[in-house]
Amino acid sequence: MRLAYSFAMDNDLIRADAIEASEFPELSSRYRVYAVPRTIINRGAYVEGSLPENIFLDAVLKAAARAPGEPAP
Amino acid sequence: MGLIGDEEAVEIRERLSGMVNPVQLIHFTQELNLEYGREARQLIEELGGMSDKLSVRTFNFPLDKDRVAEYGIDKVPATVIRNEKDHGIRFYGIPAGYEFSTILETILALSQGDSGLKPESKEKLAGVTKPLHLEVFVTPT
Repeated sequence: MRLAYSFAMDNDLIRADAIEASEFPELSSRYRVYAVPRTIINRGAYVEGSLPENIFLDAVLKAAARAPGEPAP
Repeated sequence: MGLIGDEEAVEIRERLSGMVNPVQLIHFTQELNLEYGREARQLIEELGGMSDKLSVRTFNFPLDKDRVAEYGIDKVPATVIRNEKDHGIRFYGIPAGYEFSTILETILALSQGDSGLKPESKEKLAGVTKPLHLEVFVTPT
């Protein structure tokens, strides 16, 4: 979680939410959260687990390329 | 009865003594139909009392629609952690256990104006030119 917050600090286009899975069961089930941490990217891709900084960042950027963006609210 | 124990409070104050610039905790809650709402609000308000450089504002999710829209809050309990600027950092739920520690680290990082990331990570992040939304599901362990 700390890394996602750091990414948000360093780039204004990035926002980072932590979601306590047991308090939001519907959302957790929609995103098939069976283990934590699970990071959902642009509501279309995901990265599993707690990873070292460089590996997590590369995984997030790669996943972002697969999930280019969210529909406007 | 406080949620943060006396010994814990001493430790938290000690960690937050490293704060430089003010940090705001902006909490959104709902009085009714929210199982963990009261506990979340109490924890954030107790945390807010742990440093002079930390302040808390609490808003009502169904009523304070302007603030809800301003911060893009879509569920509660929600807590925005920000410095002079909103960096898009949110915690949904009660930040307990390990996640409480994450909140403290994030407050310090925002207060000191340093994400703590490696230079090569900062370089890669500078290459992000489209909105990127990360939702990290966690549990208090």
